[in-house]
Amino acid sequence: MLSYDFMRHAFVAGTFIAIICGTMGVFVIARNMSFLTHTLAEIGFAGAAFGVFVGWPALNGMLLFTVLSSAMVGQMSVKSARRESVISAVSALFLGLGILFLAISDQTSSSATSILFGSVIGISSAEVWQIAGLSLVIIVVILLMYRSLKFESFDAVGARVNGINGTLISIVFLVLLALSVSVAAQIVGSLLIFILLTLPAASAKYFVHGVFKMIVLAIIFALVGTWLGLYLGYLTNWPVSFFIATIEVLIFVAALWHARRA
Amino acid sequence: MNVQRLALSYGDEDVIDDLNFHLQAGHFLAVIGENGVGKTTLVRALLGQLKPKAGVIEFSEPKKKMKIGYVPQFRNLDEEYPLSVRDFVALSLINRRLPWLNKAEVQRLDEVMQQTNLLKIANRPVGLASGGEKQRAYLAQALINRPELLILDESTASLDNEMKYELLDLVAKFQHGQDLSVIFITHDLPLAQRYADHFLMMEHFKYTTGKIADLPVEQVEEQ
Repeated sequence: MLSYDFMRHAFVAGTFIAIICGTMGVFVIARNMSFLTHTLAEIGFAGAAFGVFVGWPALNGMLLFTVLSSAMVGQMSVKSARRESVISAVSALFLGLGILFLAISDQTSSSATSILFGSVIGISSAEVWQIAGLSLVIIVVILLMYRSLKFESFDAVGARVNGINGTLISIVFLVLLALSVSVAAQIVGSLLIFILLTLPAASAKYFVHGVFKMIVLAIIFALVGTWLGLYLGYLTNWPVSFFIATIEVLIFVAALWHARRA
Repeated sequence: MNVQRLALSYGDEDVIDDLNFHLQAGHFLAVIGENGVGKTTLVRALLGQLKPKAGVIEFSEPKKKMKIGYVPQFRNLDEEYPLSVRDFVALSLINRRLPWLNKAEVQRLDEVMQQTNLLKIANRPVGLASGGEKQRAYLAQALINRPELLILDESTASLDNEMKYELLDLVAKFQHGQDLSVIFITHDLPLAQRYADHFLMMEHFKYTTGKIADLPVEQVEEQ
């Protein structure tokens, strides 16, 4: 299986994506941002459609749109009570735009489906490098602000009292999330992106009770899903996203079951 | 700490005007008053989150920023909250950047966990801890950086009687053992009388201070 270039690329890219999704996911869950993550994925779809329309690589279009819109959400929804509706509005606007760009660009609909459902088998070595580079940036930034981000995510009240600038952390985190979404979309597609950014971390919190341990376990869960998904996809010729989604949901169900027993 | 002619406003609305009081190092001040007289606004000003409209808040060493520990009134930690008590307390160790704790930090964490009787439940998720245990964890988190002033913002309001005394006994131990000044915001007069040395009674734009023995109990109770 690994003698094929495209499978090697898929495994390397999948590994990077699992690592950043596991890491970011722990903070996404702690900050109650599952919904926003889902929305960013839709926005990513619009960005990719825009990329196709102007003749860019899809990833660049996604990066542009997700980073812009997460800054917008960050600006508009400082009050958490308003966040849900702001996210809905931004999401509606961008999904509409995505459909428009696809309709007016002269590409076939196959590019749209590959954006929505992922195209892990078609990742080139240049894209692997791009994914690796972006992953590195995300990990380095998280390491640099680890203690503040941890405090702000898991105890916003305490963090504010201790003089941590919550707004700054939120905006930096949103930008990181936008980057992660764009990168992860390559492998599972826009529709299923929130799987890797939420479920592994949501499962991990039922097994371990420290931030670092949660990150490690979430990465393991994400890796299991990605690797096994790629392997099963290779064997059966069924979509990889389907397998990844099913595996992560099974892990989550097992985690809930574990929590009920404990 | 010296507060002189302090005026604070929340948005456009004046909340506090011409407030004066003094807190000596190692003393315990109870702040008593109805809702809406500006107790929380005062706390925010003490924490440096709100700029005074007029007046000053002076600390003993003017150039140095005073280290303040704060136990807030509200915290949304539901039963799904995943962090262990130990990890929760360690959150406020933010003076270093590296992701892992160094030896001195681990030592300090163990010490404060022991002083607040949390060692036994160190690995239990905070979400599954009792109300009293949660408050002790909040206290430990506030004390881990060795503050000179501790502010308790109605921290006992949700506790039953036994736990209230347990928590404040702990606070008193820190106050006397480590020369910690305490500001305790409360509605609970018996608690204030038992633990505080001084009081600050806040009414709308009218403030009374004094030794706790001189607290006009009947007048407060009438309110």
